[in-house]
Amino acid sequence: MRDMVEKRIENLGNSVLDLLNGLGDFTNFAIRTMFWTFRPPYRFKLLFEQIYFIGNKSVFIIFLTSSFTGAVFAYQIYVGMKVINADSFIGPLVTIALAKELAPVPSGLVVAGRCGAGMAAQIGTMKVTEQIDALEVMGINSYQYLAVPRILGATLSLPLLSAIFLMIGYGGSWVIGTQVLQIDDITFTSKVSDFMELGMVAEGIIKATVFGYLIGVIGTYQGFRVTGGAEGVGKGTNMAVVWGMITVLVVDFFLTSFLTKIL
Amino acid sequence: MSEFSIEFKDLSKLYGQATILNNLNFGIHKNKITTILGFSGAGKTTLMKHILGLTMPTSGDVIVLGTAINKLDELALREFRRNFGMVFQYAALFDFLTSFENVAFPLREFTKMNEEQIKDKVLNLLDSVGISLEAAYRLPSELSGGMRKRVGLARGLALDPHIMLYDEPTSGLDPITTHMVYDLMRDTHYNNVHHGFTSVIISHDIHATLKYSDYIVFMEKGQVVEHLDVESFKKSANPVIRRFLEL
Repeated sequence: MRDMVEKRIENLGNSVLDLLNGLGDFTNFAIRTMFWTFRPPYRFKLLFEQIYFIGNKSVFIIFLTSSFTGAVFAYQIYVGMKVINADSFIGPLVTIALAKELAPVPSGLVVAGRCGAGMAAQIGTMKVTEQIDALEVMGINSYQYLAVPRILGATLSLPLLSAIFLMIGYGGSWVIGTQVLQIDDITFTSKVSDFMELGMVAEGIIKATVFGYLIGVIGTYQGFRVTGGAEGVGKGTNMAVVWGMITVLVVDFFLTSFLTKIL
Repeated sequence: MSEFSIEFKDLSKLYGQATILNNLNFGIHKNKITTILGFSGAGKTTLMKHILGLTMPTSGDVIVLGTAINKLDELALREFRRNFGMVFQYAALFDFLTSFENVAFPLREFTKMNEEQIKDKVLNLLDSVGISLEAAYRLPSELSGGMRKRVGLARGLALDPHIMLYDEPTSGLDPITTHMVYDLMRDTHYNNVHHGFTSVIISHDIHATLKYSDYIVFMEKGQVVEHLDVESFKKSANPVIRRFLEL
């Protein structure tokens, strides 16, 4: 019995140590990539390629997600608001929710799934096929060449994707609100401009920027720590998606608590 | 001037309790082809990583072209690595670039050559290793193993290195292609030796080593068992080497 308890405590201790080691390693990676972001050479071509991959190539899926999110949310709110005869408030409610939460968080989840996985798979494959060693032997810093453009690309693209999400989501809610639920168009739009504040949009944009940075760091970090062959690449890709999504949700909570106080 | 391009002085490397390299003291001759031979786990790859400054010694020094590279800071070390060319075991070509772009890559990163000059140099290099113009615009996934090695060699030569390193360059190749690659390595060496060119090969292939090398370093368990010219190596009475020669 005592042996079993000791074993469990030992296992728990080892898990905590592994977690702390992983956190330390991740923090070290984040600091190093930050350092190399500000050192020449600046590879703008690689950055634009990443913005194209992360931003432009995600627009269609963002369009689909946002239009349905706005439409469905308008429907759901209508059911509740109708009971208290406040259905004319659907417009501002949906728009505020989109600006503060529903645009940055789903955009972050989409990018974590689509691009975080892509980053880890690309870098992981390069690692196991010695392409990263080849870069290093040439004297090129692999963090600067591979991680920095991806992290910056995600950091710059996600706020733009979030803004697109907000606009398309608003469009979706407008279509449902005015065309299906028969709310007056003027009422719908004027209430939105009455209740919306710049700080609400800023909150969403700040969140999206932070999510973009974290998704970029997590995706590239998981790629760099890939070991073994194809199995290792698969595992790294999976970890990038899982940790990317968890991070978006957890960090969203803390950012909301913080930003609500200051904005 | 030292007769060596690379010198190891009291070099030891430990990973935890395990000794991977044990107090190595020897030099690799300038302008010669030296092969580092040994069984798996002898420490050959770790030694190569020390030459490149990818791994730092636990104690001792690695002197390359007169510079103790283990004492350089990170930026100076990256700059210094431009003295090296390297051909990897499986070529390690960038899979998102064509053969042409792979060879042009270091030129675009490190020289101020214009696109016309880069094109001329890349096509010359690819031609010198027997890659046709048509193959120059193919992706690595569309090339055979031997062709990939040749493109890897052309990429390694792009910046006119002083030291060329080959890590198991004929792994996975058939015997005919193996000898073609070795012929190419030897030709490359003697075509460049006039401006100072040292070739270091890591290999298991005893027959090719005896045919193409000037010097052989035989390693076992992190130590150098013998470091001899090829003719002396063939006559070595060391039982480990006799066993290896009889394989």
